[in-house]
Amino acid sequence: MDNKNFIAKRVALLLKDGDVVNLGIGLPQLVANHIPEGVNVTVHAENGIVGAAGAAKPGEEDPYVFDAGGSYITVVPGAKFLISSDSFALIRGGHVDATILGALQVDEKGNLANWTVPGKRLTGMGGAMDLVASAKQVICAMEHTAKGNPKILKECTFPLTGAGVVDLIVTEMGLIRVTDQGLVLEEIAPNYTVEQVQAATGAELIISPDLIVMDIE
Amino acid sequence: MNKLTTARDALAHIKDGDIVMVGGFLQGGSPEYLLEQFIDHPARHLTIVNNDMGTPNTNMVRVLENRRADKLICTYIAQNAVAQEMYKENPGCLELNPQGTLTERIRCGGAGIPAFYTPTGVGTVIAEGKEVRRFGDKEYLMELALRGNVGLIHAAVVDEFGNCFMKGSAKNYNPIIATACDYVIVEADEVVPVGAIDSELITVSGIFIDAIVTRPKED
Repeated sequence: MDNKNFIAKRVALLLKDGDVVNLGIGLPQLVANHIPEGVNVTVHAENGIVGAAGAAKPGEEDPYVFDAGGSYITVVPGAKFLISSDSFALIRGGHVDATILGALQVDEKGNLANWTVPGKRLTGMGGAMDLVASAKQVICAMEHTAKGNPKILKECTFPLTGAGVVDLIVTEMGLIRVTDQGLVLEEIAPNYTVEQVQAATGAELIISPDLIVMDIE
Repeated sequence: MNKLTTARDALAHIKDGDIVMVGGFLQGGSPEYLLEQFIDHPARHLTIVNNDMGTPNTNMVRVLENRRADKLICTYIAQNAVAQEMYKENPGCLELNPQGTLTERIRCGGAGIPAFYTPTGVGTVIAEGKEVRRFGDKEYLMELALRGNVGLIHAAVVDEFGNCFMKGSAKNYNPIIATACDYVIVEADEVVPVGAIDSELITVSGIFIDAIVTRPKED
């Protein structure tokens, strides 16, 4: 299994039956493929869908059914389309149990930077700031480093998407919980040592006394 | 009161300096025929409010090409190369809002609420210059309502009173823009007599609609 699917599978196992989740574009969308049988999760797309499903088959795209990335998708039976302000009332009102997204940087205070890099082409934050401010749980699903450079830092240097918002970071190396004391390594992926994880991390890790090997089966 | 009109007559309501709100999210739900007819419109110094300024395949790119807009209020511009250029030439022309903040600003604009508090953006650049207030154990930013002079929206089916039936993800901003602008033009894929849309299925009441323009059928 490649790193991205490994990460997505671990994140999928965090979800509980009945959860409402929002999946960011890219790696987080893979989470939907790994949700265990018997766990029913409702996927929210912030452009206005409760009950989003997978990509539409080529030739079967419905111009009225697309997700927040503009991709034509399908919906589950019983899905509900929302107007934009209701979709964000749903987010702001705390009705999203988990928002799963990537990060450019995340730091030991749970600060998240994932919307812009100074000096690079500007895109905009879309709905990311709303999601991280109000979802019950914010999970960063991402590769541990970018071209070998740590993304998990003592302090973010890029403009923030949200301050003190991240709860969990899941990477191909392990699972890290953001606490008031700092970043706690709770799970370590097979084939990695604590020293290797620490070396790839730009902040000091607290090693949980209950550290376990990450199990995705 | 006959609301059925042409794009030219309806768009004549847009004047220099107006705030023009446009429905749509990326490639879906935008009033593409109205935008096409808006490309050569004489009004200048406009402020355009739209979620994302469209995609390379939508007409917003061409609307912005001749620089009739002084200001863009939106959440995302990744797919509009002209908006990117405008930002490079003059960063002050772009006001990025978090999406939930923009949607609520418009909703409040139509609902008579001058401002609201939201947790979105606390501790980020979005908070600069804004009142921060604590309620309970959490901090919130004060954001102001937003209204437009003219709204351009899209609906799948519109009756002759202006009642709109909007579909799927194409609804997005269209219903709130209808409530937040002084003059609202709806582009209809299909116009039907009053009563032809089941009252339970009306997305936006016709009281909000001033002009109905039928989108020409594609050949």
